[in-house]
Amino acid sequence: MAHIIDRRLNPGGKSLENRQRFLRRAKSLVQGAVKKTSQERDIKDVLEGGEVTIPLDGMHEPRFRREGGTRDMVLPGNKKFIEGDYLQRSGQGGAKDSGPGEGDSEDAFRFVLSRDEFVDLFLDDLELPDLAKRKITQTESEGLQRAGYTTSGSPANISVNRTVQLALARRIALRRPRKSEMDELEARIAECTDEDERAALVAELERLKAKSKRIPFIDPLDIRYRRFETVPKPVAQAVMFCLMDVSGSMSEHMKDLAKRFYMLLYVFLKRRYKHVEIVFIRHTDRAEEVDEQTFFYGPASGGTLVSSALQAMHEIVRERFNPSDWNIYAAQASDGDNSYSDGELAGMLLTEKILPVCQFFAYLEVGESGGSAFDLSDSSLWTLYERLRNSGAPLSMRKVSERSEIFPVFHDLFQRRENQEKAAP
Amino acid sequence: MTDKTGRLFEGADWDFLTLQRIHDACEDVAKKELGLDVYPNQIEVITAEQMLDAYSSVGMPLFYKHWSFGKHFAFHEASYRKGLMGLAYEIVINSSPCISYLMEENTATMQTLVIAHAAFGHNHFFKNNYLFKQWTDADGILDYLDFAKNYVSQCEARYGRVEVERTLDAAHALMSHGIDRYPGKKNIDLRAEEKRAGRRRQHEEEVFNDLWRTVPTGPSKSRSVLSIERRRKLLGLPQENLLYFLEKSAPRLAPWQRELLRIVRHIAQYFYPQSQTKVMNEGTATYVHYRIMSTLHKQGRITDGNFLEFLQSHTNVVFQPEFDDPRFSGFNPYALGFAMMQDIERIATNPEAEDREWFPDIAGKGDATGVLRDVWANYRDESFIGQFLSPRLMRHLRMFHLHDDPEERAGIRVDAIHDERGFRRVRRELARQHDVGFIDANIEVVDVDLAGDRRLILHHHVIKGSQLNETDAKRVLQHLADLWTYDVSLIEVDANDKVLREYVVSPRPIPAAA
Repeated sequence: MAHIIDRRLNPGGKSLENRQRFLRRAKSLVQGAVKKTSQERDIKDVLEGGEVTIPLDGMHEPRFRREGGTRDMVLPGNKKFIEGDYLQRSGQGGAKDSGPGEGDSEDAFRFVLSRDEFVDLFLDDLELPDLAKRKITQTESEGLQRAGYTTSGSPANISVNRTVQLALARRIALRRPRKSEMDELEARIAECTDEDERAALVAELERLKAKSKRIPFIDPLDIRYRRFETVPKPVAQAVMFCLMDVSGSMSEHMKDLAKRFYMLLYVFLKRRYKHVEIVFIRHTDRAEEVDEQTFFYGPASGGTLVSSALQAMHEIVRERFNPSDWNIYAAQASDGDNSYSDGELAGMLLTEKILPVCQFFAYLEVGESGGSAFDLSDSSLWTLYERLRNSGAPLSMRKVSERSEIFPVFHDLFQRRENQEKAAP
Repeated sequence: MTDKTGRLFEGADWDFLTLQRIHDACEDVAKKELGLDVYPNQIEVITAEQMLDAYSSVGMPLFYKHWSFGKHFAFHEASYRKGLMGLAYEIVINSSPCISYLMEENTATMQTLVIAHAAFGHNHFFKNNYLFKQWTDADGILDYLDFAKNYVSQCEARYGRVEVERTLDAAHALMSHGIDRYPGKKNIDLRAEEKRAGRRRQHEEEVFNDLWRTVPTGPSKSRSVLSIERRRKLLGLPQENLLYFLEKSAPRLAPWQRELLRIVRHIAQYFYPQSQTKVMNEGTATYVHYRIMSTLHKQGRITDGNFLEFLQSHTNVVFQPEFDDPRFSGFNPYALGFAMMQDIERIATNPEAEDREWFPDIAGKGDATGVLRDVWANYRDESFIGQFLSPRLMRHLRMFHLHDDPEERAGIRVDAIHDERGFRRVRRELARQHDVGFIDANIEVVDVDLAGDRRLILHHHVIKGSQLNETDAKRVLQHLADLWTYDVSLIEVDANDKVLREYVVSPRPIPAAA
């Protein structure tokens, strides 16, 4: 008699643990592969996970294998050979290697990473630098803490120790007869021969029994529950200002680069930090705060006044984000062009208003593909920021002119730093 | 329990009652017509994902955790998703009860085929073939795997994942050389094995006394006392089971590491018969499913349409491309096994003069299934091909033998073909191709200098000038040296004891205890 069993409903993912072990072991290889793959892809696709290829070498499981020497083989399908024929080695005729899938033919190993695995590996070693100000907020992060006992609560929280302790105290205080006393009495009754004494003992026993019935072993009064209090946990609040230049001097290519950079930043912050607000500011010669949809997809054109964006950021900080409570970050992307008259103002805003309250300020200068223009002379903004950085401001600057550079530069800017240095050159 | 038409099913759909009917019908044919003797069957229906899971743990329903299984899983999953690889229709496990996994996608016809193939063909072979009887313990294997899984995870909890992984990596590298090739004194009893491990650990914990470590030992015996011969005898040398040797003699392994080596060794041993009987095992299963399906069709229990569907899958399975076909990748064990068994049936019932000359014992014996049952029980691939490959089949498959000597300038020589002069040579060569003794490198521990620098000396007996792949050999030896914890040298010698090459590997320093 056969047993027929339906296993289809059994929980899946039996191999999950082995898979995680494999990923952990191959982590550095996979991470490299993830970075390489993501350069070729759109940011939206990055979030979808996907296939990666790692060199098999690092994951190779060696075995003793024999190779070379004289070989003998029996093959099917002889058409014209007779004994004693010779076959040219370079030619066809069965000279092919046997054993496909062995050794060198598997030098690369392809497999599919899930969305989460991919993004986690991708963002693994990134963080917001210097997330120093932690403050208690009224928002979601609350923890539970033990806070003594209470007389009401859910059965799951009954504190047995405390309940029994109280019951014992009550029984002693009310002199509830013990079991041993009654047992002793019963024994004496059994041994007793004198009628009167026996009657007295029986009466005594009855009294004790009645009393022990009146005073319960455990009374609802004794029951205590463990009490928990919610306590707010300090969380680090942060705000990221995204300042993007959308003026006429920015070519489509440059805008594309800038948007990619911000998209990446957006993904990174949303995934890794719960308490990060993001403010999008775009500017031409005027600055406006916009929602993410407009920021990423809305068209705009005009002249360039960087100070307008800095001014807008300063005002928003003053209104909504008290620097003593918030960690403030900013990332600016621009082609580096700015009107000459504005340089002075922008520099002043930065040094006096913005940088003192900022934890970290990243500046990304986008250029035309080919990027040779960069070699000629630094742009006006670059010169300005470089001067500020040299005087010790928490400022990071990078230049980007190709799509494929976005990921490395992003990675570079937000890499986890060991010793909390503020701005790597 | 069939309906009025006597059909087992109509169309492609099936449910669990259908499966039960199919199984009972197959069982009927298997027992009455073929006289098969099988373990009780346990048939499990699984999804594609579960099939992938099973692939990654060499088909077993449970296994200890190790990254290499995750690697295989990721690999299979990727190729399956891209459509590069189809999944097997079934997996069958040599255990009692015999577990067969059926894919839920299979049509009713395919389920019938698969039940006949796995639950009766393979099952009979597992239960009756002498290699499986000798080397595997079908009753105990699942319990033993369960024990192994728990033991490994306990070790991980006690000694750290990294340490356990290091030991298992090394053991896996040596797995193909962790096999006893010749039967020892007693049969394997995996259940007792599990109890023994528990008892030994308990005993060690009970009698542990740190004081003994500090007791001064007397002056060691002078080293000349042990002659080389005696020393080799004490260590049981030469020893070809490297894992066994390490488990028993490696000087600095912790008890749990020895136990891990033992687990890997037992599992390797469990799979050893399967690698020696690929042609026979698949041939048997294919022959059995073909017979059962034909009989069911004759009885009118499956329709002509379903039978055609079956024939299509069947011919795909037993397709043998010729050597110059781009699809060719060696002999297809299903095709060769099935062809040989049909041939044996022909020889037993309807022999020609040539067959009477070549197979006097079975030619015209009449009882084909009886002859086959005897073959299934008492042969492995090498001896099966060596004795039962008939000239007729060699002619039919147009087999020929190539001899490729790199020294030979003229090219590859055609050594023998399917003619009177060549039959025996072709057959001997094909049998040899299926002999694990020739396929695996012949490596054994020959000596160890216990009194001196404790170097372990291995020999690889080179056959036909085929030496070890250098990169892999070095890596495996590195693992071996890590377990042995002293230098290891591997010497490749040819038949005349001429040294062709010597590897020496020193152990890597053990990272500070985690």
